[in-house]
Amino acid sequence: MLTVECLSSAYGRISVLHEVSLEVKTGEIVALVGSNGAGKTTLLRTLSGVQPVSGGRILFEGRPVERLEPHARVALGISQSPEGRQVFGPLSVEDNLRLGAFRRRAADKDTLAQIYDMFPVLAEKRRISAMSLSGGQQQMLAIGRALMAAPKLLLLDEPSLGLAPLLIDQILGAVVKLKAEGITVLLVEQNASAALAIADRGYVLETGHIVLEGRGQALLDDPKVRAAYLGM
Amino acid sequence: MAEFLQLVFSGLTVGAVYALVALGFTLIYNASDVINFAQGDFVMIGGMGTVFLAAAGIALPLAALIAIVGAVIVGLLLHKLAIEPARGASPVALIMITIGASIFIKGIAQLVFDKQFHSLPAFSGDTPIAVGGATILPQSLWVMGVALALFVALYLFLEKTLLGKALLATAANRLAARLVGINVTIILALAFGVSAAIGAIAGVVVTPITLTRYDVGTLFALKGFAAAMVGGMGNPLGAVVGGLLIGLLEAFGAGYISSTYKDAVAFVVILLVLFFLPRGLFGGRSVERV
Ligand SMILES: Nc1ncnc2c1ncn2[C@@H]1O[C@H](COP(=O)(O)OP(=O)(O)O)[C@@H](O)[C@H]1O
Ligand SMILES: [Mg+2]
Repeated sequence: MLTVECLSSAYGRISVLHEVSLEVKTGEIVALVGSNGAGKTTLLRTLSGVQPVSGGRILFEGRPVERLEPHARVALGISQSPEGRQVFGPLSVEDNLRLGAFRRRAADKDTLAQIYDMFPVLAEKRRISAMSLSGGQQQMLAIGRALMAAPKLLLLDEPSLGLAPLLIDQILGAVVKLKAEGITVLLVEQNASAALAIADRGYVLETGHIVLEGRGQALLDDPKVRAAYLGM
Repeated sequence: MAEFLQLVFSGLTVGAVYALVALGFTLIYNASDVINFAQGDFVMIGGMGTVFLAAAGIALPLAALIAIVGAVIVGLLLHKLAIEPARGASPVALIMITIGASIFIKGIAQLVFDKQFHSLPAFSGDTPIAVGGATILPQSLWVMGVALALFVALYLFLEKTLLGKALLATAANRLAARLVGINVTIILALAFGVSAAIGAIAGVVVTPITLTRYDVGTLFALKGFAAAMVGGMGNPLGAVVGGLLIGLLEAFGAGYISSTYKDAVAFVVILLVLFFLPRGLFGGRSVERV
């Protein structure tokens, strides 16, 4: 579904991604783990088109998309729940969700109902402004908003950041359900053990280089990964 | 009492125009963080354009429509040629750009039009209507009615349409707006276009009362800006209240003190607001940045 070939990206003159290559196959959950500052967020930003690439290619369903505007990529089926949630604070929960379907015009009721089903607390608070939600609820809202675009590929940036363990379980449980519904997921996490545990495959990013890749469980068992990212 | 009421009428009339200019400031500021000091020039384009087209023999409603469309085109060009290329510049730099654009528009207006004052015939005659011992001109009712209609239309657009919500979303979080697939460039152009239309419509309806000239935009911008600051920059309701307030203060200042100081009222209000109420009466968004 997604093939990233030798992708490089920089902030000004500071190069952050160095010829990163990876692949996400249809129906997979792929985890991208790595320590703070490795370039995970930058990679997701380039995939969504809000960060320019300085080299390499991004193929989505076989088509090069690295030159497309962000809205064109959303229309193709790439949707992101960004790091730090980035909800539309002054707007209501429901407006946040409806804007997630902006590219599809008709804010379709079925998707909305599914999201309220998945995160009932959002239905309860549908009329409340997004900024008055708790961190965990905002995270659900950010994921729900990304899902309103009816994506083929969902990019999740640190959905567990700052959440209590119980909430992390709920969010990652939702990700597993999404996979069952046929949505392909690229999951970025610093919380490597939680991410790799639900992932089919994983990549380890270190200072802008992919240093390891493998099946989720295999990476979890890898002594290098355990030492560097799981603190074992 | 009759004199007081008379001043209230004239205050509300000009205040309605300031409110519309302030709404233009608000809309553009919300979508793009730009304080557009060319906002007053849209008022001038609406008025002057209608005057000259009507003088060329075009029926008044059609002349007004063409002038408004012209102002919208100027607004879109302002965004495309001056604001968009400076994307990422500091707020102060963007303000300088709009001031430069305003001077440029006035220069062109001097060439296209002339340097004289002009007026338009009142839409529904000049027979004053007696109200509670005072009188009100039919044109004042036009001004207030049109202002109210525009305000309601803008409210419905922002609150009831997905496109309006997209504009609010772009203001709230530009990155997230791009990530959900909102074409931010088009949204910003939309804000400039709608603001230009609002300003130009205000210019058309107020010209029979206040006259117009190539440079009337400066004072409208100043007063509209003061109104937006009073209400809290970025707050549409605040813009309306601020506009009416400045209009009323001006009318009372002129009526009870001296009309010489009429235009100073807005300056004084801006200074007071900056000192004592930097977020305005209704708390706008972070004007501190500017
Ligand atoms: N807006 C920015 N401007 C300059 N450098 C940045 C910016 N955002 C991130 N960086 C740098 O890019 C590197 C990668 O950051 P990021 O992609 O956020 O990493 P991660 O998500 O893995 O923590 C870091 O060294 C960070 O300091
Ligand atoms: Mg990150």
